[in-house]
Amino acid sequence: MMSEAAATHAGIEPQETPLTPESWGKLGMWLFLAGDAMSFGCLIVGYGILRHASSNWPVPSAVLGINLTAFMTFLLIVSSVWMVLSLSAIQKGEMARFQKFLGLTILGGLVFLGCQAYEWTHLITEVLPHHNLAFGRDLFATTFFVLTGFHGMHVTGGVIYNICVLIAVSRGRYGAKHVEIAGLYWHFVDLVWILIFTFVYLV
Amino acid sequence: MTTTTHDEPNYMGVFWWLLALTLLELGVIYMPIHRMGILALLVVLAVSKAVLVALYFMHLKFERVTLGLIALSPFILCVFLILMLLPDIFPH
Repeated sequence: MMSEAAATHAGIEPQETPLTPESWGKLGMWLFLAGDAMSFGCLIVGYGILRHASSNWPVPSAVLGINLTAFMTFLLIVSSVWMVLSLSAIQKGEMARFQKFLGLTILGGLVFLGCQAYEWTHLITEVLPHHNLAFGRDLFATTFFVLTGFHGMHVTGGVIYNICVLIAVSRGRYGAKHVEIAGLYWHFVDLVWILIFTFVYLV
Repeated sequence: MTTTTHDEPNYMGVFWWLLALTLLELGVIYMPIHRMGILALLVVLAVSKAVLVALYFMHLKFERVTLGLIALSPFILCVFLILMLLPDIFPH
């Protein structure tokens, strides 16, 4: 009988964890997301406490505007649907459909980043100076850029990750379980934006 | 190569719920009620949307309970963080 270490060296996966029997990678992703959620959780709680303690916090919707970010929220929700449809397609062996939906997911992420770049530029050059606000000078602008910037970096990472998965599946190196793991990350990014949209823009 | 085996959720149904809840959120901020009421409604709606994404898109509804506990662990940390900072939030 081949030992676990020998099996690993021979390129055979060892016995899987019963928690996620289909893949070690899935458990790894969940553990990573739990850690990442703690980072976002601390940032959002910190934001709430600073805002509560501040006596002159502007009304966010009046300064930031919500039309563009409402569209961005819609975009991330739609891209999450495309992601699950791409997983459903690859599980059924429909490769063309998988490529279409994962391609759309990537496109959705890129449009989201484009919208965020436009929003930041508009805020930095026009809106915030008008309200005498700036990053590093007051808590409103600083917490806004830290939170949305941290999330934007996650979207950027997700787009790159999805592109890598699309290429690896096309080359036959990745399969459905890898798409499922990438999907977990993408849905997490969507989930966090849902909270940021509410707490930073609407409340 | 296998992935989790369970009946495929109604993804489009979840999408329409998420869209409806988002539109509801946008409507809530213009409601002529007390600010705390608006805040409570927005928190309930946002958490509902987050739960829908976690349960159906991330398939947590079909996973083992232990995995759900791992997913919930960050919220426990957040509650602790708020409790620890309560003296600073309400100094008097």
